[in-house]
Amino acid sequence: MTIKLKKRETPPELTRQEKFVKAHRRHHHKISAMRLMVFLFFLILWETSSDLGWIDSFFFSSPCRVVKCFVTQIHTNSLLSHIGVTLFETIASFLLVLLVSLAVATLLWYSANLSEVAEPYLVVLNSLPKSALAPLFIVWLGTGSTTIIVAGISVAVFGSIISFYTGFQQVDQEKITLIYTLGGNRRDAFTKVVLPGSIPILLSTAKVNIGLALVGVIIGEFLAARRGLGYLIIYGSQVFQLDMVITSIIILCIIALGFYKSIQMIEHHIRKRFKM
Amino acid sequence: MQAILELKNIGYSYHNLHGETQALSNISFGVQEGEFVAIVGPSGCGKSTLLSIIAGLLSPEQGTIVVNNPDGSLNYPRIGYMLQRDHLFEWRTVYKNVTLGLEIRHMMTPDRLAAVDRLLTDYGLEKFKDKRPSELSGGMKQRAALIRTLALDPQLLLLDEPFSALDYQTRLFVSADICRLIRAAKKTMIIITHDLSEAISIADRVIILSNRPATVKAQMPIRLTLTDNSPLASRNAPEFQQYFNQLWEDLNNDN
Repeated sequence: MTIKLKKRETPPELTRQEKFVKAHRRHHHKISAMRLMVFLFFLILWETSSDLGWIDSFFFSSPCRVVKCFVTQIHTNSLLSHIGVTLFETIASFLLVLLVSLAVATLLWYSANLSEVAEPYLVVLNSLPKSALAPLFIVWLGTGSTTIIVAGISVAVFGSIISFYTGFQQVDQEKITLIYTLGGNRRDAFTKVVLPGSIPILLSTAKVNIGLALVGVIIGEFLAARRGLGYLIIYGSQVFQLDMVITSIIILCIIALGFYKSIQMIEHHIRKRFKM
Repeated sequence: MQAILELKNIGYSYHNLHGETQALSNISFGVQEGEFVAIVGPSGCGKSTLLSIIAGLLSPEQGTIVVNNPDGSLNYPRIGYMLQRDHLFEWRTVYKNVTLGLEIRHMMTPDRLAAVDRLLTDYGLEKFKDKRPSELSGGMKQRAALIRTLALDPQLLLLDEPFSALDYQTRLFVSADICRLIRAAKKTMIIITHDLSEAISIADRVIILSNRPATVKAQMPIRLTLTDNSPLASRNAPEFQQYFNQLWEDLNNDN
């Protein structure tokens, strides 16, 4: 009986859809609110525990000290230019990684011989801890932005080549046969099938690469720079200005988030355009 | 009538380090202009290899393919190949998919495009020109794939189990539909199928291949009375069952 009544009371199709959308939105808002709460809780806990002396704010800093440090650094130490340097170096090495690995993966796809020859080298270079190369770069290239960008590239490029090449190879062989049956050649197969078919892999690899480029740039700045956030972190730890170190780390967090979100937006845009 | 395409003693083997696997041996048959030929045979017997050789994707190790064009020229007939699945590209619109062949061959001329537009209209797809392939039904996808093949105006169509990815009911409709369209376009067709009923209902002649290495075991001309050339109606022809039994016997007779 009750079930019947309930059924009669349920609103028609459209409102049910609206209900679903509403519930979906509510869920979305709830998650966002909880994320914000975690962040605020962390900030409050950090601030109170340093205010009440549970932790030593000299070593662990506090949100207020970070903000203060941020403001003074902007005025006295041109913090913004340090941020700008790190951003520039990361974006430059990210774009170069994309360019180089796309070019190399394309070559490997074109020539089966080349890819067979290159395979062990790629595997070794990819597994090599790239920070081990940084001292060499410094000797070869000096201590400028070039060294840092090369360090950024070295961290991401080999993995990126392998991902792109693997992606190219996973394209349905029958789709390539189709191109041949229509009278196309290997070049047509690449431009009409392999490249457009690999867009999802290109995007997901780009997401990984931007993070790796940042890692490489910071390693480079640790070792070789006079500017940039990596330099500030090392310098701050050497002169025991831990506020500076923690402020720089927090800025790095924000930069990483910004990069991720930007790529996500580009990805969304491309997926919408190609309806994938 | 003269055969426009004649295969003479075609042989082909696959090679790997463990040895050689003979796929085709001594295959000879001809195809008349406008004829519909179905090739049936046990699975894995090398039917697709044979089609790839006819299409020029593989070159035969033995034997020759002789071309007799009606106009006396020696040009290899223009061949259209339909694969097992439609392989429409999701990143292109339906229109960009059906003009893919023209794009590849740099033949996007106004007459060719006009012919494509006509086909789209005839096949009821012009409203879906700007849609993505995923928005089409299974039958419409096959029609789009057919237009993509016909856009290059082939003389000979090769179909490699083109309906095997469809469910049975759709398959009956689509195979009837596609064959009617190809007949209407006055093309010659070679179709591979493992469905004997499909072969009898579609083809003018059925070629039966043996187990690997495939040889031509038998050829069976199909003459159905009552035919209005629709594969669905021809399944009701009185001779249908007889042909089916004969095919079944030929296929399973190992001598």
